[in-house]
Amino acid sequence: MKMKLNKIILYIFLTAAALSFLYPFYWMILASLTPEAEIGNLGLLPQGLTLDNYTQMFGKIPIWRSLLNSGIVASLSTLGVIVFGSMTGYALAKLYFKGREFLFLFIIFTMTLPFQITLIPNYILMVKFGWVDTMAALVIPALNSAFAILLFRQAFKSIPDDLIHAARVDGCGELRIIFQILWPNIIPTIITVGIITFMNSWNDVLWPLIVIREEQLMTMPQLVTLFAVGGRAEAQLGVKLASAVLLALPIIIAYSIFQKYFIQSMASSGLKG
Amino acid sequence: MPEKTKQNKSFRNRVKPYLVVSPYLVHLLLFILFPVVFSIVLTFHKWNIIAPMEFIGVDNFVRLLEDRLFWKALLNTFQFLLVHIPLQIIVALALAYFLNRQLFARGFFRASFFMPVVISGVVVTVLWQQLYGLETGLFNRILIHLGFGRVEWISDPGIAMISIAIMATWKNVGLYVILFLVGLQSVPSSYYEAAEVEGATAWQQFRYITLPAINPTVFMVVILSTIGGFSLFIEPYIMTDGGPLNSTLSAMLYIYKQAFGYYHMGYSATLGLFFALLIMIVVVIQKYAVEAKE
Repeated sequence: MKMKLNKIILYIFLTAAALSFLYPFYWMILASLTPEAEIGNLGLLPQGLTLDNYTQMFGKIPIWRSLLNSGIVASLSTLGVIVFGSMTGYALAKLYFKGREFLFLFIIFTMTLPFQITLIPNYILMVKFGWVDTMAALVIPALNSAFAILLFRQAFKSIPDDLIHAARVDGCGELRIIFQILWPNIIPTIITVGIITFMNSWNDVLWPLIVIREEQLMTMPQLVTLFAVGGRAEAQLGVKLASAVLLALPIIIAYSIFQKYFIQSMASSGLKG
Repeated sequence: MPEKTKQNKSFRNRVKPYLVVSPYLVHLLLFILFPVVFSIVLTFHKWNIIAPMEFIGVDNFVRLLEDRLFWKALLNTFQFLLVHIPLQIIVALALAYFLNRQLFARGFFRASFFMPVVISGVVVTVLWQQLYGLETGLFNRILIHLGFGRVEWISDPGIAMISIAIMATWKNVGLYVILFLVGLQSVPSSYYEAAEVEGATAWQQFRYITLPAINPTVFMVVILSTIGGFSLFIEPYIMTDGGPLNSTLSAMLYIYKQAFGYYHMGYSATLGLFFALLIMIVVVIQKYAVEAKE
């Protein structure tokens, strides 16, 4: 009897906790669909649903353009991190060259370096390269990641050398060995790196705020941020929330489908990082 | 002749690895090594990018020492960490502890705790700005409904940073629940069974079996949330712009304003370098504190 009561209390507690994480998002989506005057009284049920907030927001900011920009930037960064990360990780795991151990230790060292050191000089670099207000500033510095290199190195280490020797005997170049022979064997690592890189890129806002001023080139979180803090939303809650909903939606959809991969990837990155 | 091709081949074999790592080497040189060296150069200069650089010796350091707003921002950041880290550990550990058993819909609970982790901090902050609203915010409406008074969540300088720390905990805690779950699952269930036989209470089991087993996880959570907390930027930027009375001005937000509000490149690089060194020192101290304890 006591066991059963305990169980019930446990479920009530966990359900309350789950609701406290989910309800605010539900409220946000509902509020974005509610007339401005009603948002203050909004509880659980919809009141006078309308798309007004969305149509107003579309008229004020180029949100679709920013969605496209974010998509391009995140895709290119992710592709770069996977391709270049595999190359460097492969070299560290399977090739022999002078300075290999030093490079490996140095990569670990760069991971402990707080980004606050390099932020300002990197901005100046962008100015000198003429990359301010271009997509190059968002993509090129993001094409490599120390964390991805270490994950790929780990994955390649577990592959037997014989596979690589056999490929070499068949006349395969190193790049073909990586992308054609080895990649099919490390798909979980590719997925992990892909999810984390894409998500970080999609959610990053500090760097875009620094290097992009042109509204047409802004990423989505940047545009939503400037919309929320600037005067253009004219203190209209629903309009701000509508832009936030659109920003959250792609990740919420991806998360609902690939939820297991998201959690596994982030947990393994936390454990290794 | 054959010897020469052989030599050529071995030369190619020696160069090949460097070609494979070359994309990363370029990146390393351009976006990590050069910036680190250049940031040290910048600290001795006054520069707004447009005019020529002006050598000013250690003036930037003197200014940093006398910059009361920067020290205030540092203090604010530590205040944030002081609330954020313990809260995060307690909540994450509690949720993980209750999740670590045979449960109906366990995956659903885990997925809902994790949900805010994947969502942009921008969305979370815009949302919580409304939840914290003075008149129509959800929290105050609940408080009034229950017969309490209003709380000035983000307009009272004494509370605003704590409110931001609560929000950040809500956003990140799901990740740490997962990490703790991994740690908890590493404890063999036979330990608990043996303790049960010996008549240990639930608290005793938690204190003497669970806690020692997850010590490494606690350390990792502390390090990860310290590094994350030091980068606190977008939350106060959107929620309060550092106010009221600079009570939520984080160190990162202050550096951002110095650099991109006033274009004080030399000074903001000095602040960045100093702040980064401070972060590394704090992390090293935490590391030693844990190792000494073990």
